[in-house]
Amino acid sequence: MSRTLQAPVTVAFDYTRSTGPVIGRFFSGLRDGVVVGGRTSAGDVVVPPLEFDPVTHEATTDFVEVSSVGTVTSWTWVPEPVKAQPFDRPFAFALVTLDGADVPMLHALDVASPEDVSTGMRVRVRWAPERIGAITDIECFEPLAPGEAEAQPLVEVRASASLETKEDDVTGVITTVSLDYNYAASPEESLFYRGLNEGRIMGQVCPTCQKVYVPPRSACPADGTPTAEEVELSQTGTITTFCIVNVPFLGQKITPPYVSAYVLLDGADIAVLHLILGVPADEVRMGMRVKAVWKPKDEWAYSLENIDHFAPTGDPDADFDTYKQHL
Amino acid sequence: MGKQPAAVIGIGQTHHRAQRKDVSMAGLCREAIDRALLDANLTLDDIDAIVVGKAPDLFEGVMMPELFLAEALGAAGKPLLRVHTAGSVGGSTAIVASSLVQAGVHKRVLTVAYEKQSESNAMWALSVPLPFNMPVHAGAGGYFAPHVRSYIRRSQAPTHIGAIVAAKDRNNALKNPYAHLHNEGTTVESVLASQMLWDPIRYDETCPSSDGACALVIVDEDTAKSSPNPAWIHGTVMRSEATSAAERDQVNPQAGRDAAAALWKQTGITNPIEEIDCAEIYVPFSWFEPMWIENLGFTAEGDGWKLTESGETAIGGKLPINMSGGVLSSNPIGASGMLRFGEAALQVRGAAGEHQVDGARRALGHAYGGGSQFFAMWVVGSEKPTN
Repeated sequence: MSRTLQAPVTVAFDYTRSTGPVIGRFFSGLRDGVVVGGRTSAGDVVVPPLEFDPVTHEATTDFVEVSSVGTVTSWTWVPEPVKAQPFDRPFAFALVTLDGADVPMLHALDVASPEDVSTGMRVRVRWAPERIGAITDIECFEPLAPGEAEAQPLVEVRASASLETKEDDVTGVITTVSLDYNYAASPEESLFYRGLNEGRIMGQVCPTCQKVYVPPRSACPADGTPTAEEVELSQTGTITTFCIVNVPFLGQKITPPYVSAYVLLDGADIAVLHLILGVPADEVRMGMRVKAVWKPKDEWAYSLENIDHFAPTGDPDADFDTYKQHL
Repeated sequence: MGKQPAAVIGIGQTHHRAQRKDVSMAGLCREAIDRALLDANLTLDDIDAIVVGKAPDLFEGVMMPELFLAEALGAAGKPLLRVHTAGSVGGSTAIVASSLVQAGVHKRVLTVAYEKQSESNAMWALSVPLPFNMPVHAGAGGYFAPHVRSYIRRSQAPTHIGAIVAAKDRNNALKNPYAHLHNEGTTVESVLASQMLWDPIRYDETCPSSDGACALVIVDEDTAKSSPNPAWIHGTVMRSEATSAAERDQVNPQAGRDAAAALWKQTGITNPIEEIDCAEIYVPFSWFEPMWIENLGFTAEGDGWKLTESGETAIGGKLPINMSGGVLSSNPIGASGMLRFGEAALQVRGAAGEHQVDGARRALGHAYGGGSQFFAMWVVGSEKPTN
């Protein structure tokens, strides 16, 4: 058995990114099939445009259309693409200076092998079949066909008058972020979760201050002493304080309304947060005596969720003085 | 060599809204920065260093945003620092910036803090379920509601005190053109009639979710001579504590008490309620006004709600609190602490407009964050400090 318990966890969200007028102009151009750069106070054309000038600090307002053909200035090979990269087959990331621009931009270059890439090679934008106003509207760069490089005239840089802000400019993009973690419990937490898988609630005692921590910590948060001595706790305790959650929210796992309560198990010196059922929410009280109600054994895992909820024991409430130092 | 005097001579903030879809994160920061520089009569070229702060990166899904923001913040060729202490970050960012001046490292420091909450969902970001655990967490409100209940029980406060705070702050916000919420006609009764979200916290007793930024220009004594009304920094303090120690006091946290005691000692204040003219304190849920009044030592423990109930925390009272409308009226989380520090500075500069406290000469700015585990505070004054 491994020393610590581990489990996968994914943190994912579709972020709604406001572009502001400058990046919005760039994305609007991509949607319309043109690449828009911004001219700096020093006269350089930068793609994508900088929101603010690096010298004068003013917002960029001088937009220019550049060619969709350019030159590779540097590159790197991606032999084993990972999830969410532009291709699921090997490809290159390239810095490409588009004709009419002064600095390169980064994007994928679709070639079969590293032998097919070289600094100085001529490439063109391959547009996505459907364009929405996002960087992915450029599907990738691709090499110009043999002989095409010479035949391809440099595109005239158009006057910036045609590049003014329009009514239907892009103002936002959705950016999906999804991170896969391997969540590792500490050895002490693993002890706690393994205990739960056997129907037991395990804690540890701080050898310095004698406080009983549940779940056990690697070190006492108060004095930093490593905790070692294990102790099994009672399955009965006292509600110190609680709230009634009436508000629904994204990612919520329990349907509101529900009572989220701090339960101070008998013999513990810190309360655990858990769910209270078996009593109407508006009858839950500070000081109420409760006991753990377990899920059926065949549903158990290494989880605090093995305890389905805490329910009232029916005993008289604990005196305020017995738990007031835990608020 | 002791600390060098430092003063705030420029304050800027955005119009805070639920969604500022018209600007990017960089544009949001620049809106505040440009106002602060204009106020200070300086340009980005005059600035020696930039200190930026914001709350968890998960809120916008941009890891280390200071990297892509550097150019827009005018940091090219200059030192750029990023600070992060959860909800208190706006305060601690201002303190880091002021320490660079007080230490004599830089003469003119620009500091900015922001949040663009509309890019994601803070409830989600603060409640991501973890393996092996019980998914009973319910955002910041779910975290703080049980501790509010504990305060009510310990202090024996009447249950309408939170509504008094909410009505006061929402009416103060009507005087602040930058505030997110401008809810006309908010009364104690209307707050009490609003929906119970995280019992005992009602909808109108919670902060909104805002996009916004705040910026300050903090300078040395020589540069401050150019300002007609510098806000001198009399004292700064930060403290933190463990989130989950046994028998930790969640209602009246040790770190907050220790920070306040250190701040009063540093500034030579022996009777805070008599010597502080007004205070901007971090109150994201209305009940935290009486809780922090006690934690800061303005009253004895258990008596904070009496000060609130008496009306003495309104503008014109003995200790006006959250003249700007506070976090309850605008909450761009990363910027919220700096807005408190900035409002304190506005007050002692006599530049707070309609929400000015008459004759304010010494003011407190306060922020807290995490599970009440980070505290940041400063005292600013209209006179140069003598300590």
